[in-house]
Amino acid sequence: MQDLLYFIQQLINGLTIGSTYALIAIGYTMVYGIIGMINFAHGEIYMIGAYTALIAITGLAALGIAWLPLILIVALVCAMIVSSSMGWAVERVAYRPVRGKHRLIPLISAIGMSIFLQNYVHLAQGSRNIGFPALIEGGFRFGAEDSFQTSITYMQITIFATTLVCMTILSLFISRSRIGRACRAVSQDLGMANLLGIDTNRIISATFVIGAALAAVAGLLLGMYYGSIDPLFGFIAGLKAFTAAVLGGIGSIPGAMLGGLILGVAESMTSGYLSGEYKDVVSFGLLILILLFKPTGLLGKPEVEKI
Amino acid sequence: MAAHNLKHALFCAIVTLIISYPILGFNLASEGTTVTLEGAKTSTIVGVLLAAVVVFLFQLFRDNLMGSLRQLPAVNPLANRKPMEQSKRLKLESTLLTLMIIGALVWPFIASRGAVDLSTLVLIYIMLALGLNVVVGLAGLLDLGYVAFYAVGAYTFALLSQYYGVSFWFALPIGALLAALFGLVLGFPVLRLRGDYLAIVTLGFGEIIRILLNNMTNLTGGPNGIGGIPDPTLFGMEFGRRVKEEGNTSFHETFGIAYSGEHKVIFLYLIALVLAVITAIAIRRLMRMPVGRAWEALREDEIAAKSLGLNRTAVKLSAFTIGAFFAGFAGTVFASKQGFISPESFVFLESAIILAIVVLGGMGSQMGVILAAIAVTILPELAREFSEYRMLIFGAAMVLMMVWRPQGLLPMRRIHIELKKQE
Repeated sequence: MQDLLYFIQQLINGLTIGSTYALIAIGYTMVYGIIGMINFAHGEIYMIGAYTALIAITGLAALGIAWLPLILIVALVCAMIVSSSMGWAVERVAYRPVRGKHRLIPLISAIGMSIFLQNYVHLAQGSRNIGFPALIEGGFRFGAEDSFQTSITYMQITIFATTLVCMTILSLFISRSRIGRACRAVSQDLGMANLLGIDTNRIISATFVIGAALAAVAGLLLGMYYGSIDPLFGFIAGLKAFTAAVLGGIGSIPGAMLGGLILGVAESMTSGYLSGEYKDVVSFGLLILILLFKPTGLLGKPEVEKI
Repeated sequence: MAAHNLKHALFCAIVTLIISYPILGFNLASEGTTVTLEGAKTSTIVGVLLAAVVVFLFQLFRDNLMGSLRQLPAVNPLANRKPMEQSKRLKLESTLLTLMIIGALVWPFIASRGAVDLSTLVLIYIMLALGLNVVVGLAGLLDLGYVAFYAVGAYTFALLSQYYGVSFWFALPIGALLAALFGLVLGFPVLRLRGDYLAIVTLGFGEIIRILLNNMTNLTGGPNGIGGIPDPTLFGMEFGRRVKEEGNTSFHETFGIAYSGEHKVIFLYLIALVLAVITAIAIRRLMRMPVGRAWEALREDEIAAKSLGLNRTAVKLSAFTIGAFFAGFAGTVFASKQGFISPESFVFLESAIILAIVVLGGMGSQMGVILAAIAVTILPELAREFSEYRMLIFGAAMVLMMVWRPQGLLPMRRIHIELKKQE
């Protein structure tokens, strides 16, 4: 019974982290699906979202506003606006001019952008980590009083619920809206979509904006969950999210969700049963293994090499 | 058209404000557990507003600006010059190289101790950049975990000296070979992957090595690192004031000169110089050998190279292993120079810096890479007050370089034969 409760606890923790990875992974997978590049600066956009949310929360607190839903919504909206503008600007400045060149060139440009953004926030806000207030406290507990108890905090429930809502909206947007349909067309064949009158530049920009907005949501959620942020925390999270995207099959949106959840659970099981220090080793190891044995991921389509 | 431009300019200006004002305009300060918000300095806010105005004006008049820029006569005097004849160019290059090496040999005897120490670091970066140049520049394999091989070299020497008392000269080949072995073992499975997947896998590998070094506390000392790494000896002569190991003599006593701490610094510099020159020459030779040609062929067109009978895996693996070998070299020298190493020195940023050197110098071009290594290491030292902006400028330079001049400052020129026109 004890063991089962412990296991369930790790599962819940893993799913919580995993669902936020999934949110970030969407940005990677959509961009890769359309223009076939790894947006290395995506982790930084997520970090900027978290910083903006914290600035908004602190600003509202200074103004004396204490109504929780209002604070959360304002922080969320601010973070999404700033992050999506950042996503748009990054694509415009660093990726559009090098689009279509040799594969390594956009990738190096993206690494440069990632270093630039990291240091931009580092210089503006300092390198120390800053406490993020836990606005949502409390939770449910299961199990006997005197032994190990499984708990689900309200924060975790909020994360699940928000992720679910975001994913539903995204799926509806991709499958029903005009831009969503254009996105799918462009990811199937960019040149053909262009010939058929789709403004591909706008669609690519839209992809970056959508991915950045979802990353900002993850930034706010994970900031509250972990309780502190620093300019470097986007890097590892971005890498994890990329792993999740590859795990699920890069280019596939349901794959990113599945990959995020699997990765989150794998990580929390490692921390729970082995040691927290090795969780990064496990996720990178997982990435290497997947790329070796099933480079298309769980839900990805095999790629045909054309001459 | 004008209305469309105005709308676009306004949009760009607003985006500039959105991405800069919240982050730059408010400073988060934490006192204990409470976080407070402070407004930024007026100068910062004025700067942000000014940036938005500049973006607005630029976008508004972009068509005119670009048009008038194009009408300007070509200012670049080198643009229309005839390429130098190949034999002349090679002669010029070798003269320059000889001069550089002579200059580098004289340098430690005229410069201050600090400058020589810094030059040793420059040489280590040159070795690293030349090694990575083989992998990225010649073979076209983007390796983002190059620092892992550097760490293997450094830790090999540190651990061997700590546990078995192995000296620098024994550890040097062992470190390099072990790093090469790591390259081989890692490369074997991952080199089948496509370019950008390879980048991520090597990045993951680099992080795994660093995390392992950090956590295997009883072997590597964890975050505390390993100290007391011995200096290299010259034929059994030590450079310390007192001889540490039995059977050795000390340098200053043998030659009957006064003890000076500078001897050791100069000696290390010379070792690094010799190794860097060896690295450069070895790679220069390799480039002209069939294997070097195969690297470039594979970089240019994998399918064509394959259909001409090249073994893809073997060619890639050789580049990867040779790159790792030289990183191991550099790592051993680094460990000996610092006398202390910890996982802090082997973070991803270090890989990114080495990559930036290769990219800035011009992928594949040895001369360019050497000059870029010197510039990237020395410029931040010269401009100390800007040192906090170093990485910001690095990142921006990488992006700008890719946008404007992806071939680098001193692009690689292929050795080729020109057909003479028939009379």
